[in-house]
Amino acid sequence: MSNPILMKGNEAVGEAAIIAGCRHYFGYPITPQNEIPAYMAARMPKVGGTFLQAESEVAAINMVFGASAAGARVMTSSSSPGISLKMEGISYLSGAELPAVVVNMMRGGPGLGNIAGAQGDYFQAVKGGGHGDYRSIVLAPSGVQELADLTVKAFDLADQYRMVVIILGDGFIGQMSEPITLPEPSGRTFDKSSWALTGAKGRETHLIASMRLTPEDALEKLNLRLQAKYREIEQKEPLWEEYETGDARLLLVGFGLSARIGRSAASALRRSGITAGMFRPITVWPFPSAALARAARGKKRILVVEMNAGQMVEDVKLAVGAEAPVDFYGTLGGIAPEVDEIVERMKAHAR
Amino acid sequence: MSRGHPEIDREKCKGCALCVGACPEKILALSREQFNRQGLPFSTCFEPERCTACMSCAIICPDTAIRILKLVAAGGE
Amino acid sequence: MPAETAAEKLVYQRPASLSERPNHYCPGCGHGIIHKILAQAIDELAIQERAILVAPVGCSVLAYNYLKVDGCEAAHGRAPAVATGIKRVHPDSIVISYQGDGDLLAIGMGETIHAANRGEKITVIFVNNAIYGMTGGQMAPTTLQAQKTKTSPYGRNPAEAGFPIRACELLATLEAPVFLERCAVNSVKAVLRAKRAITKGLRNQVEGRGYSFIEILSMCPTGWGVEPREASAWIDQAMVPVFPLGNLRDK
Repeated sequence: MSNPILMKGNEAVGEAAIIAGCRHYFGYPITPQNEIPAYMAARMPKVGGTFLQAESEVAAINMVFGASAAGARVMTSSSSPGISLKMEGISYLSGAELPAVVVNMMRGGPGLGNIAGAQGDYFQAVKGGGHGDYRSIVLAPSGVQELADLTVKAFDLADQYRMVVIILGDGFIGQMSEPITLPEPSGRTFDKSSWALTGAKGRETHLIASMRLTPEDALEKLNLRLQAKYREIEQKEPLWEEYETGDARLLLVGFGLSARIGRSAASALRRSGITAGMFRPITVWPFPSAALARAARGKKRILVVEMNAGQMVEDVKLAVGAEAPVDFYGTLGGIAPEVDEIVERMKAHAR
Repeated sequence: MSRGHPEIDREKCKGCALCVGACPEKILALSREQFNRQGLPFSTCFEPERCTACMSCAIICPDTAIRILKLVAAGGE
Repeated sequence: MPAETAAEKLVYQRPASLSERPNHYCPGCGHGIIHKILAQAIDELAIQERAILVAPVGCSVLAYNYLKVDGCEAAHGRAPAVATGIKRVHPDSIVISYQGDGDLLAIGMGETIHAANRGEKITVIFVNNAIYGMTGGQMAPTTLQAQKTKTSPYGRNPAEAGFPIRACELLATLEAPVFLERCAVNSVKAVLRAKRAITKGLRNQVEGRGYSFIEILSMCPTGWGVEPREASAWIDQAMVPVFPLGNLRDK
């Protein structure tokens, strides 16, 4: 068991990717994730990997497409406006069933916005962003340790299911430094020899494409296969964390940084005699609907806290149904909620 | 004196007539009253005895519809 | 000397790397010729098992159906970036990016210039037919002044739409590329030169020399609204004066 080391979130992502066996990184500078390309520029040559600063986020995601098609573990990172640029590429990766890890250190939006952390890209990550019927697995860490652990896991999920896995971080988590224990590689390997492009030596040619024009290999068939894959993932892969939800009358729900703050609020409420709990989805896709519905039973009120105008709250309402009323508290424009603000709102419902 | 002849796959031919223009001997023409299964006229060599096996038609053909057979003396060349 | 029996030898046939499958291109389209000479070059260099072809979005979006090598789709304009990703993972592969006007010079201008500037060890084949064929004949960056297209119905007016872009000359301002040549496929002589240029561009990759770029003036009879032989003539009359043929770099 190694000693904890102090690491900045963005750098932990880079090191975790290397631990996971990623040897190809394509990125472009954008605040607040610039430490990721800088870290990879320094580390990749030392491990015999590729670091390439692409000419744009669009070029970077397409380099990811090529490297993934060639069978490699590959990552790109950006922040909100740059992730918008990657959306076509993410749709193509999804249609071509290529594995890739995409890190979004969210910032204030819309538009150029600001460079503070925010959570305004939940819809973009979870509901689409790119065109067509596709999904990405979306992981939402709430601290630097979890950021590192989930990055290693992301590569396995991407390879196992042949799809894009998005690490949905935010500028605060990317910038903050915490003592972490570097994760171990999972040890899992995935055989890509049946489809990867390596040059057709001693085998039939392989084709990586998302376009399907013929009746024999119709686009409908591809879509049905993708949907079946997504149903399987919804069954097997939801991850979440619960804090004191069992006897709670009030339930806080949040993801990422707002969940970390929300948990402090739940603790503060408990200390003042109000039974509050916290439900934190870790996979925001697949959303842990069944677990949340169970946690919602018997609750007087649910408060969803996000750093946006109300995005995950819609999925919470879908999951919770009539179990309990759902309220929302959101902070906008790259502002993080304060524990006191959350506590006050919850106290108002406790009366 | 013929030096060879072209074999034109009439089903692959799209009747573009690039070969007709490329042939230095001017011995290719599109069919007049015959069409392939695509409904297109196709190129034919109407005087193969004048073919020099220069391969111009095969080289220019975008559909690789033409093979060239060249006469060689048995046991020689 | 006794009379010898004449026999015939097959001296021209489909190259091994070219699929038997009939292609979907219009009659007289240059793509069929270019696919054929690309396949011949692949065969001559014996690189069929190492080659990976990145297709564009355009008429040749299905190029991978016609060449018997590993194939990869790319989003419109992004083929050089996709090719970069592949080549960085498999440096011993022979990566070919096959692109048209819009792919290379409009939406993909950034990727084109930067892959060339980085000297990515790939071979780019640029099919220049002065029009956007697949989408029905719109103006391309290479459309000539006064040329009528669906989106320049009164003829391309430079005051509104700028001038045709010369890709080879543009890339010649960059240090890294090792081979830049402009060819055509509108005559037998031109096709043979184009094949030599493609072969050199691929050999450069076999020898690990750097970025090679071959621009090929090609017929689009349907887009131009003329018969194939007229299209071939138009390349000489109208395109070559704007896009001069020849080698601009051979390091």
